[in-house]
Amino acid sequence: MASGVKPRVKAPKSASAGEVVTLKTLISHKMETGLRKDGDGNVIPRSIINRFTCELNGNMVVDVTMEPAISVNPYFEFKAKVDATGEFKFTWYDDDGSVYEAASPVTVG
Amino acid sequence: MKAKMLRKVAGLAVATAMAAAPAVADEDAELVINGEIEIVTRTAAPAHLDGHLNEVISGWVFRSDRTQAMEMDDFDNPGMLFVDQARDIWATAEGSEGKSCADCHGEPEEMAGVKPVYPKWSDSAGQVMTLQMQVNECRTERMGAEAWGVDKGGSIPMEALLSSVSRGMPMNVAIDGPAQETWEKGKEIYYTRFGQLELSCASCHEENYGNMIRADHLSQGQINGFPTYRLKNTKLNGVHSRFKGCIRDTRAHTFNPGSPEFVALELYVASRGNGLSVEGPSVRN
Repeated sequence: MASGVKPRVKAPKSASAGEVVTLKTLISHKMETGLRKDGDGNVIPRSIINRFTCELNGNMVVDVTMEPAISVNPYFEFKAKVDATGEFKFTWYDDDGSVYEAASPVTVG
Repeated sequence: MKAKMLRKVAGLAVATAMAAAPAVADEDAELVINGEIEIVTRTAAPAHLDGHLNEVISGWVFRSDRTQAMEMDDFDNPGMLFVDQARDIWATAEGSEGKSCADCHGEPEEMAGVKPVYPKWSDSAGQVMTLQMQVNECRTERMGAEAWGVDKGGSIPMEALLSSVSRGMPMNVAIDGPAQETWEKGKEIYYTRFGQLELSCASCHEENYGNMIRADHLSQGQINGFPTYRLKNTKLNGVHSRFKGCIRDTRAHTFNPGSPEFVALELYVASRGNGLSVEGPSVRN
């Protein structure tokens, strides 16, 4: 597991039925491209988050494939339509096999 | 003075309207963080700047709309990642005494009001101390832990944390009494031309702020927003490292971060921003 990885999520706690809400996510990660070299000329191995998903009540909201050109601490902002009370599930997949998760409940009322 | 600034801006708008302009800041924008912390980004200059500046302006004003917006919400401000890191450090016991920052100081929020008065004269140390030096004194004297390097290790995140809890408070460093000698020294450095390009701090940040230096929009060089998250290097940058970069760009041999010269310069430059709100961790390009 890469060091210093910490997911952060900003999602509304409540919404009206059928409302389209904005979600923001950011995960601290060094996103090493695999193209850089260290002081001795050796290639620094690639270490990035290669996939990010958001689900709401089992339905996929976004499923993103990430490539090495994406910056350090990747940030996503996207919208989701909320039909029923439930939970947003956010998942990040690291090159090294680690999976980072976050969740945020949302109430329709 | 306001008229002078506006004239400069008007000239700039004409010059840049022709080419595909770099994003030019909205000079009248107001900075409110998280919809609740009101930040003073322009105010009357402190008395010691009589004859030099009439108004002091935060670097935030000079940045593009999109960069400005990143600082308006803590979630969008990447500098806050380092503040989160520092909260963990704050609560972690270190050193031979087995103490953490929290054991003596409680919550970081209780340190509100500390950042605005640093750098500050310390009787016990017999010198002007920057906030980083003060933190290190705590670490070595009270915690029995190793000191962090200047702008290295935990220094910057910790400074960002202490700054973040003081946001909105006016900068108010003391320049009289025992600190005066150091302040005078900093002032001398500020107005001394360095390097092959023979530029002083004042050449750009006092006489030409608001103008472009090649592709860069010159600010007043205020440090109320430090530590600063720079989009160009995607990390928090300390004041001394920034000074070093600036002096290097004049093609001079620079002073080292942590040197007495930079401590004096930090005190002097901080005093030029007395009255502006503490803003760090800020976002700049």
